[in-house]
Amino acid sequence: MLFQMTKKLTTMLLTLTVLVTFSGVAMASTTINGAGATFPYPVYGQWAYLYNKETGVKLNYQSIGSGGGIKQITAKTVDFGASDAPLTSDKLDAEGLLQFPMIMGGVVPVVNIPGIKPGGIKLTASTLSDIFLGEITKWNDPKIAADNAGVKLPETAITVVHRADGSGTTWIFTNYLSKVSKSWQEKVGNAKSVKWPAGVGGKGNEGVAAYVQRIKGAIGYVEYAYALQNKLTYALLQNRGGSFVAPTSTAFQAAAASAEWSKAPGFYLVLTDQPGKESWPITGASFILVHKQQKDAATIKAVLDFFDWCYANGGPTAEKLHYVPMPQNVVDLVQAKWNQEIKVGGQPVWK
Amino acid sequence: MLKQKNNMFDPLFRWTTLGGSLVVLVLVAGILLTLINGALPSLEKFGVGFLFSQEWNPAINEYGALSSVYGTLVSTLIAMLIAVPLSLVIALFLVELAPPGISRVVGGAIELLAAIPSIIYGMWGLFVFAPFLADHVQPKLAAIAPGLPFFTGPPMGIGMLSAGIILALMILPFITSVTRDVFQMVPSVVKESAYGMGSTTWEVTRKVTVPYGIQGVVGACFLGLGRAIGETMAVTFVIGNSHEISASLFSAANSIASTLANEFTEAADDVYLAALIELGLVLFGVTLVLQIIARWWLRRTAKKMGAVR
Repeated sequence: MLFQMTKKLTTMLLTLTVLVTFSGVAMASTTINGAGATFPYPVYGQWAYLYNKETGVKLNYQSIGSGGGIKQITAKTVDFGASDAPLTSDKLDAEGLLQFPMIMGGVVPVVNIPGIKPGGIKLTASTLSDIFLGEITKWNDPKIAADNAGVKLPETAITVVHRADGSGTTWIFTNYLSKVSKSWQEKVGNAKSVKWPAGVGGKGNEGVAAYVQRIKGAIGYVEYAYALQNKLTYALLQNRGGSFVAPTSTAFQAAAASAEWSKAPGFYLVLTDQPGKESWPITGASFILVHKQQKDAATIKAVLDFFDWCYANGGPTAEKLHYVPMPQNVVDLVQAKWNQEIKVGGQPVWK
Repeated sequence: MLKQKNNMFDPLFRWTTLGGSLVVLVLVAGILLTLINGALPSLEKFGVGFLFSQEWNPAINEYGALSSVYGTLVSTLIAMLIAVPLSLVIALFLVELAPPGISRVVGGAIELLAAIPSIIYGMWGLFVFAPFLADHVQPKLAAIAPGLPFFTGPPMGIGMLSAGIILALMILPFITSVTRDVFQMVPSVVKESAYGMGSTTWEVTRKVTVPYGIQGVVGACFLGLGRAIGETMAVTFVIGNSHEISASLFSAANSIASTLANEFTEAADDVYLAALIELGLVLFGVTLVLQIIARWWLRRTAKKMGAVR
């Protein structure tokens, strides 16, 4: 009797110990650490919250900027880095990193012209670049008027507003201007912060928005979500297909649909100036960076599980926050790369 | 027994205070070394030319500190030109003229102002003060002095002038409260004897109070200067952040601190990061030079007006 009871108790204790140990291990090993871009932070944060509720896995994401994200993943202090601008395949190879697109969004030119309502002014690639080059200085310039028959344009001076801080938004915007304007490419170029030929700089999307709302005759550029939330006066842009389009989720998706991700080594692809009648010309993706050679299978598996969950279930959340989720064919391409490239001791982690 | 205790505490006291002071020296040396070390790639690439180049172009990796240094010095100068006379006037009013009740209320308000975090000044500057400046002050300034290059360009409300004024408001409470304390320490015997000899309030102020407190006043001014020169958030919000030197105070400009605040997060390139750290080093240098000038000036004024003491 006594013997049996002891045995029972021992079994119970043992089970309990095992349970506690296991849950302890599970708790400890499943915090994912990431750092980088600020632009996708709202959606990453929301995904992390939902994923945590479902699985108990925690995501610790520091939105310190793409530059910091690249630095930290290179130094291996985080499990993944995030960057708004893609790294070239040379750089990826040099550091042994794998890059894949996670989410897309659009950049929108916003204006403050007396008498002009949202969507009330049309800009072409050449007028937009001439304005930002400081070559068109008045809103009633004949070049702008040519595309806006019937719109009463005031003689107000144009004040260009740009980002003062380095930012992925600026990278996407200047990437577009470099593609469509030769003189922009020669004089200014494509970077996260550039030597602006004209205008004033605001800090962050909110700084640019505040300046544009404040200064009569101003034109600036902000993230789509930001323009929408603040009800800013956006301009229609002419795309490569020749039609003037308004910034909408549909227009971003159209730009993404025509992108040929399969032909981009290291997923180095920028969605600016894409073909298609519906495409919004200034669209961009935000990227995740992980090391190809991993030491700990459990950690990298947790990271990939999280992103897999985001691809599969994150769409509605992203759309609610005015981001554009990646289409399924791109997700398949990305996951094929996970399988081929991410390895622990020569063995693939993702199957 | 008592003697033994003293013997034990004296060295302990000495070593603790010495240790505390050494921490400061070690910190300064450490910061300086870290800055130099971090700035090395930029120091090697640009040399002395960094200080005199106006170029700031991350796209082609060319950097120069001139526009940032210019912006730092000019915005600080505007701030000092506004804040120092105003602080002196306020402090004198509080000490010499105001009834005790008013003096206490205004004094408290000034100390409250000093406790407001700089981001609040920045937000207020951007959303409240800049629009006011653009609508009511800048057009008038431009109309008063049409020929001057300082007041040209579109009245945007943001730019060098706004940054200078916001900085002035931020350092005003510091200078005022120290100056007031200094003036309050003038022995009333001295002042009363001056009154007894038939001096007016103005004469007592000019010949007794101010000369007596001048060292403290200069010290207070440099305290304010130190805060203005390194102020980051408030300036970043209202200065307009442009790497161009313009004679007009209405134009957007930048300062060393605002450039650092804006560009540090996304500076992925080594030379870019090094150039930013070198800007920090330049600020360190500028502050050091100003400190030396302050010391020298303090000694000179002390000699000149020292007769009172």
